[in-house]
Amino acid sequence: MKPNHWSKLIIVLFLAIFPLIVPSDYYRHIFILALMWVVIGSSWNLLAGYTGQVSFGHAAFFGVGAYTAGLCVTKLHISAWWGMLLAGPVCMVVAFFIGCVCFRLRGPYFNLATLAIAEIFRLTAIVWRDLTEGMQGILIMRTFRNKTYYYYFALILAAACIYAIYRVIRSKWGYYFVAIREDQDAAESMGISSFRYKTFSLLISSFFTGLAGAFYMNYMGFIDPEVVFSLYFISIMAILVAIIGGAGTIWGPAVGAFIMVLLQETFRSSFFGLFPKWVSQAHVLVFGLLVIFVIRYMTNGIVGDWIKVQRLWSKNKEQPLASTGS
Amino acid sequence: MNFFETQHLTKAFGGLIAVNDVSFQVVKGEIHGLIGPNGSGKTTVFNLINGYYPITSGKILFEGHELNGLPTWKICKLGIGRTFQVVKPLRRMTVLENVMCSAFNLTTRRDVAKEKSLEVLEFCELSKKQDFQAKGLTIGDRKRLEIARALATGPRLLLLDETMAGLTPQEQAEGVKLIRKIRDAGITIIIVEHIMQVIMNICDRILCINYGQEIAGGTPAEVANNQAVIEAYLGKE
Amino acid sequence: MDVFIQTMVSGILIGGIYALVGLGMTLIMGVMRIINLAHGQLMMVAMYITFVLYEYFNIDPYFSLLVSMPALFLLGVLIQKYLLNPLLRIESIIPQNQILMTVGVAMVLTEVMRFIFQSDYKSVKTPYSSAVLYISSIAFNFPMLIAFGIAMLLTAGLFFFLLKTDTGKSVRATAQNKDAALLLGVNAEWITQLTYGLGAALAAAAGTLLLPIYYLYPDVGGPFTLKAFIITVLGGLGSTVGAIMGGLVLGVAESLGATYISMALKDAVGMVIFVLVLVFMPGGLKTLTKV
Ligand SMILES: Nc1ncnc2c1ncn2[C@@H]1O[C@H](COP(=O)(O)OP(=O)(O)O)[C@@H](O)[C@H]1O
Ligand SMILES: [Mg+2]
Repeated sequence: MKPNHWSKLIIVLFLAIFPLIVPSDYYRHIFILALMWVVIGSSWNLLAGYTGQVSFGHAAFFGVGAYTAGLCVTKLHISAWWGMLLAGPVCMVVAFFIGCVCFRLRGPYFNLATLAIAEIFRLTAIVWRDLTEGMQGILIMRTFRNKTYYYYFALILAAACIYAIYRVIRSKWGYYFVAIREDQDAAESMGISSFRYKTFSLLISSFFTGLAGAFYMNYMGFIDPEVVFSLYFISIMAILVAIIGGAGTIWGPAVGAFIMVLLQETFRSSFFGLFPKWVSQAHVLVFGLLVIFVIRYMTNGIVGDWIKVQRLWSKNKEQPLASTGS
Repeated sequence: MNFFETQHLTKAFGGLIAVNDVSFQVVKGEIHGLIGPNGSGKTTVFNLINGYYPITSGKILFEGHELNGLPTWKICKLGIGRTFQVVKPLRRMTVLENVMCSAFNLTTRRDVAKEKSLEVLEFCELSKKQDFQAKGLTIGDRKRLEIARALATGPRLLLLDETMAGLTPQEQAEGVKLIRKIRDAGITIIIVEHIMQVIMNICDRILCINYGQEIAGGTPAEVANNQAVIEAYLGKE
Repeated sequence: MDVFIQTMVSGILIGGIYALVGLGMTLIMGVMRIINLAHGQLMMVAMYITFVLYEYFNIDPYFSLLVSMPALFLLGVLIQKYLLNPLLRIESIIPQNQILMTVGVAMVLTEVMRFIFQSDYKSVKTPYSSAVLYISSIAFNFPMLIAFGIAMLLTAGLFFFLLKTDTGKSVRATAQNKDAALLLGVNAEWITQLTYGLGAALAAAAGTLLLPIYYLYPDVGGPFTLKAFIITVLGGLGSTVGAIMGGLVLGVAESLGATYISMALKDAVGMVIFVLVLVFMPGGLKTLTKV
């Protein structure tokens, strides 16, 4: 996608003043969630879209981040905001060990291993009641009643995440990541240690996913293992966010996050109350249908397949062949 | 100390011994040919040198370092570059980006890597294609890209695996020119090639293997007139 | 000691059903080289079919195998034909898009069932559901015993199909080497559809057999999908004999875990075994036996 600078500026300005012009806490809430998903989706995208290591277990990092923040309160008796500092490093340590296990495997084996490890975290969090309170979850007092603070916090987090990934991608590491994605054997013969650089990619990815988790704890005030370690609603959702927007592009996951969250919320609320109640029950169904549709017809996402998207709008008109990605 | 040598190099895939007790030396600055009928184990030798397969027994020495057990990427960093017989372009990167990935071996700065890559592309006469996606290249250009990528890692020894197979005669002539140019730039080359004209033309010395075993070695003239080599290629009368 | 034997017996019996689940997954994995993340959900659909047949038509669950298996076979063929195979012709950044497609299918199946049946727990209580057979002091749950027997019959049938029929041989050839199979004139497209259909039918059998001793709700598929690939990996991906072993091992391990560690940790036992196997024995159980 190459929108001109004006439209970019307008989007940035809009996001910057959004909570001031939209007084409804409900819409702020949706945008806060979307921004959080920008972070998770972008992180997943760094590892999968750029480095080619398709993780089916990002919930592990999200959950560990969230629990790090939660445990700050229940065990260390300090503010959950300390979790924002601790979650990143803690997740990186966890990720390092996960990497040592999983990066020995390739292809479907890798996918399976990541999925299984996330499930082990979920089950551990359920069973280890002394530490995590089990299924009862962790409930903390939220710091602010006003959602505007959280909004800006999420906005800064998302911006920092995208900027960091952008810088990484344009550096030597970024080239190495993509080389590994395209052909691991070729990359090795070019002097690239695939294990080392996959690990770097995973560490960065887990760092930001963990931050998102810690933010979630602070913002929602409640977590339990089924929510933060969820296979479908965290791990798979992260994949969808990135894919719908466009895996392997900088802006794809951001676009995907807003689409996914808005769409989910639209259906969850039966089109904001305009449609009968039963529509809200179908929101996961729509989610599933969307997965099928996107993978079938837009595998490279809205940003990745931007040319195709434009063709949809202006039928038959010849489009200039811009290069994909951004 | 030899520049490069293998000692009793052996590789077994289960029961199949693909490389059997191969010992040879390469002198700094020469072009060393490695020939043999299809399936005789030439690519496997490269895969052993390059660390892609673990060695079953024997030794490989490069500038006095023993390469046994080192991972592929470290061997590359020691100064051995290689091309693949079945080319492995980084498909969804441009030609320039492909080469830059290699050039990052010598620097962490993007502009330096780019400059170095442009030089290499110029050297390999690929400059015109620098912004093409690698997946869209013709086979000739893909082979060139393999060479360019290997060169950009800054090797002192270059392994070329059938870089001329499938090329038109004109492309082959250009390829020979390029290989000579590489040698003139001070890089030692081990080359696997099927096209006899090419091999006989550019090699200083040649090793011929069959069924993983060395059957002859020496100057091109010596090898060409060796009875065992002729039999291996034409079959026994 | 009795507790131990009892635990082993229940483990092996349930393991027989797990073997069916694992066999289906293994077939799909072997031929298509993908993980079918909709496997448990296919099972779930079969369970609902069985449930409806019992509840509204009074058909015994074991007879409804004759309906649920063909129905799921058809569903599987359609999924492969219209959703999975077309993906082979698309180049995408994420090479795992077939796996993701199965995730989408899993979600849709679950939600459609939730839409129709709501989230309530359902079960099929036949007169013999809690019948127990005692041999000395060891209890054999009757429906489990029957399920185990039928599972073994189906397994034998599958092996007969794979080893003795021409179509079965084509399936095996495709699993071993797709390109070579294509050269031999095997219709790969049809083989993949057949395979996915068979995998789904085996999952259906497992679901139907399990229903009289289990309960049913739309999300029941997820845990079974997990089990399916634990079994597959245990067995060494793509090995049919391994899948049977994997099923039995998982059944016994879960059973032991539930008895000696805690009921809640039952599922974690499977996961831990799974990761250990992936890391230390990537070839699965079959590397031990060199089958
Ligand atoms: N990964 C492998 N596993 C088993 N056998 C192999 C493998 N790689 C090569 N071989 C066998 O080793 C022999 C030599 O192959 P190769 O080195 O590719 O020959 P060449 O390059 O001389 O044509 C062949 O018989 C081939 O089948
Ligand atoms: Mg070869």
